[in-house]
Amino acid sequence: MTSTDLPVRTSSASRAPRAARTAPARSRLRGNHHVLGDSRLGRVLALAVLAVLALVWLVPMLWAVLTAFKSEQDASDPDHWLWPRHGLTLKGFSTVWERGDLPLWMLNSFLIAAAVTVVTVLVSAMAGYAFSRTLFAGRRVLFALTVAAVLVPPQILIVPWFRQMLTLHLVDTYAAVILPQTVAPVMVFILKKHFDSLPRELEEAARIDGAGHWRIFWSVLLPLSRPMLAAVAIFVFIGAWNNFLWPFVSTSDPALMTLPVGITSVKDAYGIQYAQTMASAVLAALPLVVVFLFFQRQIVKSVATTGLGGQ
Amino acid sequence: MSSPHASPRSGAPSVRRLLPPGLLFALPFLVLFALFMVWPLVQGLWMSLTDTSLSAHTPGFVGLDNFTEAFQDAEMWRALGHTVWFTVLSTVPLVVVALGMALLVHTGLPGQWVWRLAFFAPYLLPVGVVSLLWIWLYQPDLGLFNHLLDVVGIGPVGWLSDESVAMWAVALTTLWWTVGFNFLLYLAALQAVPDHLYEAAAIDGAGAWRRLWSITLPQLSRITAVVTVLQVLASLKVFDQIYLLTKGGPNGSTRPVVEYVYDVGFTGYRLGYASAISYIFFALVLLASAAQYAALRRREK
Repeated sequence: MTSTDLPVRTSSASRAPRAARTAPARSRLRGNHHVLGDSRLGRVLALAVLAVLALVWLVPMLWAVLTAFKSEQDASDPDHWLWPRHGLTLKGFSTVWERGDLPLWMLNSFLIAAAVTVVTVLVSAMAGYAFSRTLFAGRRVLFALTVAAVLVPPQILIVPWFRQMLTLHLVDTYAAVILPQTVAPVMVFILKKHFDSLPRELEEAARIDGAGHWRIFWSVLLPLSRPMLAAVAIFVFIGAWNNFLWPFVSTSDPALMTLPVGITSVKDAYGIQYAQTMASAVLAALPLVVVFLFFQRQIVKSVATTGLGGQ
Repeated sequence: MSSPHASPRSGAPSVRRLLPPGLLFALPFLVLFALFMVWPLVQGLWMSLTDTSLSAHTPGFVGLDNFTEAFQDAEMWRALGHTVWFTVLSTVPLVVVALGMALLVHTGLPGQWVWRLAFFAPYLLPVGVVSLLWIWLYQPDLGLFNHLLDVVGIGPVGWLSDESVAMWAVALTTLWWTVGFNFLLYLAALQAVPDHLYEAAAIDGAGAWRRLWSITLPQLSRITAVVTVLQVLASLKVFDQIYLLTKGGPNGSTRPVVEYVYDVGFTGYRLGYASAISYIFFALVLLASAAQYAALRRREK
């Protein structure tokens, strides 16, 4: 690539101001002007469109927050629908929080998502290592099966999973919610590809020093793979935190419900109490949005690398 | 010991032959895979040939009766139709809007942090939150949308109660909720477009639009194909937001096939019949995957 780059650079440098302005010397992270050009009007227009689009995307969330801070009476007042007549209040939040089920569902969601993440990442990384670095009878067939399983929609498994949990007497347990979610063929595939891409020199050195497979896996490859493991872990965690269908089918005991399931199960109980409903929605949304504010870069990277399923 | 080929570990050779280290490493995954993927797939297929029910009676073998019934079941065809219609209705904007957002953000305008937050944050919301929020936005008398329509003089719309509108409303919610995911994929792809292409174009005096049409979009064609494939597969599996927003209503006009499986199996107790419909849906997903794979292959030639 450098060989084609060089002549272009020199010729653009010889062509004085216009070319110099378009040359992308600016930091890559801040994006660039290639897409829309660098006319002032173009940029102002682009900024305007972007601002309107972002506002449209933010309005639903802002509306939810505003409603959550209204009194019940103001929330259902069609004549003063925008700004509440009696000012803002925390009543909705305190009522919802004191009922006590929301913190419980958050805890359930966290425990379940954390368990799913730990098991999935560990088990998938070990399998990825096995498929990438070891030889055993049936390795190719088993890997082919794993890749093929990426095509199976989890939705078609809910009926047999439920039957299975009845057989195993696991209905309405954490195990029932967690176990089926830990099978992630796509993560095995991604991690196998990732291990394939790591140079073998380091482990050769460790092997000469007498390290076995477990030491090589645990002390050499895993530390080298932290960014990839983080990407996979973030992706799995978000998926498990937000998963709805299986936790919904496998739990009927409110004490075991996850956040997405629990919060909708009491929808009808609220009746027309929109301020309370929105207060619970805001509280339920908060954890992951706050995490995103702190770890934006890692989460963005996780989606970009894991989201394509290693394609 | 010093040779890299010598086995670094001790242990009884017979055990090692039965359980070589590679298999040991793969074993935890393989056990989970066998228990919660292979077994359920086989059991689902078996159940689809029986009249298994949630009520306590011994299931009997019924051959292909469930499939025969399903192919004559107008409700199943209707639900499959809704799934396909939703897929079309959601995939197009989810790809196009994501591309537009990524192109705009990639121009390097100030406030990168805000744009990413605005477009991606909804994706982080649990579907329960999304549905509560949009039920409130769509609320006929007090919801934001009808208030805003009222301001510009348009009468109230029955977003979730009008059969001709409900599926569009569901697709709109889905667009808002998940477009951030495709947006991030596009943003990453844009950052990978090589600079020298633009430099060459700049020397040739290509304007902004020219660069967009002749460089950026062609460079994005592969990622567009991939995003479209992933989106179609995701949309075909729709259940959560439809179930929570409309329960498949009004009058079943938005019920997707996955909800039909749920209704037949868990409300109607007919697990055997639900399994048969699951497998018909699986066939549809495989068909869509195969068609898209073939199309991708042809493009890349």
